[in-house]
Amino acid sequence: MLGNEIRHLIGKEIRLELKQKYVLNGILLYLVSTIFVTYLAFDRIIEPDTWNSLFWIILLFVAVNGISKSFIQESPARHLYYYTIASPQAVLLSKVIYNLLLMTILSVLSFVFFLLLMGNLVVNIPLFLTTLVLGSLGLASILTMVAAIASRASNNFSLMAILSFPIVLPLLGTLMKVSKSALSAAQWSGNYGFIIILLTINVAVIILAYLLFPYLWRD
Amino acid sequence: MGTVIRNYWWKILAGILLLYAVVGGFIIKISFEGMEVAAESMRNLFYHVGMWFGMLTMLITGFVYSLRYLRKFDELEDIKAVEAVNVGLMFGFLGIFTGMIWANFTWGSPWVKDPKLNGAAVGLLIYLAYAILRGSIDDTHKRAKVAAIYNVFAFFLWIVLVIILPRLAGESIHPAGGGNANTIMPMHLPPSMRLIFYPAMLGWILLGVWIYKLRVRLRRIKLTIDNK
Repeated sequence: MLGNEIRHLIGKEIRLELKQKYVLNGILLYLVSTIFVTYLAFDRIIEPDTWNSLFWIILLFVAVNGISKSFIQESPARHLYYYTIASPQAVLLSKVIYNLLLMTILSVLSFVFFLLLMGNLVVNIPLFLTTLVLGSLGLASILTMVAAIASRASNNFSLMAILSFPIVLPLLGTLMKVSKSALSAAQWSGNYGFIIILLTINVAVIILAYLLFPYLWRD
Repeated sequence: MGTVIRNYWWKILAGILLLYAVVGGFIIKISFEGMEVAAESMRNLFYHVGMWFGMLTMLITGFVYSLRYLRKFDELEDIKAVEAVNVGLMFGFLGIFTGMIWANFTWGSPWVKDPKLNGAAVGLLIYLAYAILRGSIDDTHKRAKVAAIYNVFAFFLWIVLVIILPRLAGESIHPAGGGNANTIMPMHLPPSMRLIFYPAMLGWILLGVWIYKLRVRLRRIKLTIDNK
């Protein structure tokens, strides 16, 4: 039942996105131009630390921009309609899964552009890709919940930033640590602890969002 | 007289404990091996750490009342949650200020880039955002509900940020709670200092509860006047 609802809602999200292509194209252009500005601002990045910090900061901004629309794109009347036909959990999980897909694509694209413009400093590419996937999941789940909270208030966009930046920091800090070691050494050892932390944060955030979202949805 | 003592004993106790902590904290002899770098500034232990415990107590209280609000949707629970967070924030800022004075003496600068210090600062940002979120919703019930949801969600990430991550980072120079070589735990203190430390902590927590209760009462009175 829930699986069926989620499948239909994700299908709806994808169709909506393809129908309003300018939104998606806008985020892609945002990503490309931000990376290009960074490329022009720095002559050449040789320091792995700078590379790492810039990459994650850009990805954070792209994620906030991409996900903040989740609950304001459609009219309140249409939300009321979804409220009557689907369970709140299905709505939340479909948004999280859809945003996870979006974030995975955006983070891989950011990585590709970074490779093209800034040069490759990543030594351990499988480890780096693992952090990208875990980071996409974490950013998607935390930011979806924050977008839902911010959509209930006025002054939505700046609120999205001030609510999400500090909250996302435990995740982002851990991600940056793991990816920093992917930039400096080829081996995986010493990172399992952090990967477990990332998984724990992700699972706990999704469970919390799953429990809390129904209260937010019933307006 | 009997009722006065029955109702106010803990406030009297808070006053006595804090008077004892302030006077005792300044006159006892400091002798603590391994913390020579802190020297006489070790006295700040009775005040700086108290701010931390006050904040922790208040933020846990706020979390509990936010959960209770989501069960009962009673406006009073929301008032309790928001005032607990307000008092928690006040303790948080005082904790950072007392810590900066201490850091200036022992590490030579008021702020050093350290996982524990940065965690505490970002933790304050999380709760300042809570205040902004409340301010940006006009409808009372909607504000209470959205704020409660954010508070429950944020509390979990705050715990990860302030308590779990600094212990894993392992490179902190801030001596508390484990995760680094220069850790001191209360039970490692010399007995004379422990005799001040524990009562001081209780005193600060009680003072926090006292301020919190006063603020809740003030809010309730305002609410009654508004509803008339």
